[in-house]
Amino acid sequence: MKVHQLELRINNEKRMVVVRSADTLLAVLRRNLGLTGAKPGCLNGDCGACTINVDRLPMKSCLMLAIECEGKEITTIEGMHNTPMQQAFVEHFAFQCGYCTSGFIMNAHSLIHNRPNADNQMMKEWLDSNICRCTGYEEIERAVKDVLRKNSQIQ
Amino acid sequence: MIPFDFDYFRPKTLQEALQIFREQMAMGKKPYYFSGGTELITLGRVQLAKADAVIDLKKINEVRACRIDGDHIVLGSCLALTEVEESNLFPLLTKTASEIADHTSRNKITLGGNIRGGIHYREAVLPFLLADSTAVIVSAKGVTFKKMSEVFQGSLRLENDELLVQLITERKWASLPFVHVKRRRQWETGYPLVTVAALMSDNGIRVAVSGLCAFPFRSEKMENGLNSKGTGIEERIKMALDGIPATVLSDVEGSAEYRMFVLGNVLRDLVSELEGGIVV
Repeated sequence: MKVHQLELRINNEKRMVVVRSADTLLAVLRRNLGLTGAKPGCLNGDCGACTINVDRLPMKSCLMLAIECEGKEITTIEGMHNTPMQQAFVEHFAFQCGYCTSGFIMNAHSLIHNRPNADNQMMKEWLDSNICRCTGYEEIERAVKDVLRKNSQIQ
Repeated sequence: MIPFDFDYFRPKTLQEALQIFREQMAMGKKPYYFSGGTELITLGRVQLAKADAVIDLKKINEVRACRIDGDHIVLGSCLALTEVEESNLFPLLTKTASEIADHTSRNKITLGGNIRGGIHYREAVLPFLLADSTAVIVSAKGVTFKKMSEVFQGSLRLENDELLVQLITERKWASLPFVHVKRRRQWETGYPLVTVAALMSDNGIRVAVSGLCAFPFRSEKMENGLNSKGTGIEERIKMALDGIPATVLSDVEGSAEYRMFVLGNVLRDLVSELEGGIVV
């Protein structure tokens, strides 16, 4: 078996892991590191439930090898405690079963960081990457718009 | 979980990548040039793809090129599709790329990976076929420059150790009027019934199509039909449809008959838009 010892930077911490070359980041987060917030859904890059941030961009962790992330800054839902987007999802009740929630929050968090002035079209384009099978899209939209609005007031 | 193991290499130069490829081949192994890697990861999971050695190209400068070089646009094969979109050096390509998969996936899917891919849509190639772009390819024999019309015949025809490094496009193509239409069975996600990209050149409309047949193509016969001046629009559309170069797909996305119906309408609309006004 081809294994590597990697130092990954996750949620502002350095973590040592031993991984197979073929291990996806999703598998390593959940199995090796106990970070189970990134959810296994389709495992095929379609649903977005496993979305995390890599160097502040949203990435589907099922579409990424852990070994590709050496030297990169990884942020998972566990690193989102008390962030504006997490709070907004709570305030707007932007979840039903909750399975898709961490993926949506990570994508939306990256959106407001990288595109603080995102319009409706851009928000839709980014969030189209995630699927909510409970169809809670209205509440999710309200939560994301709320953070965008508050940020624009601060500016 | 990917149910097989492979060695992982991260070369910093093209020469190093080629050497690893050669060494792996000599050992009887199956090397794999990897940029976004989404196809290997997803198909590997269900055992439809396999590699013994993954050669991750993303640390090589040449494959990350994204610049204007005199009269040319130079785009590296390992640029993520979102990077291609954000650079917006070739607006038709920007539009085409922006409709592939979804935004988060496009942070991982690369230009070269999409063009080289195994699934039959490979829509990122359409603008390059229309613009007579040049593929920069390296192998043990050195660097070669090949027209996309020559090297992309249904798929990217590369020899075993050849590696697509860059795509070079004359800037004049980036300023021409264009149309890009992706028609799906329903909604705005999923694979297309047909994707059509078109450019208005001095010699008429150029058109390339994906999703219709089992490979993307640009057909001179189709273009000749579409550009038959002095002929009514319905006859022009009919001649264009007669120029489809292969069997039209009939699958879960739509029947061949329906795809032809949709394509006919798309062609009618794009002629109207590119030639201006209502076409009769």
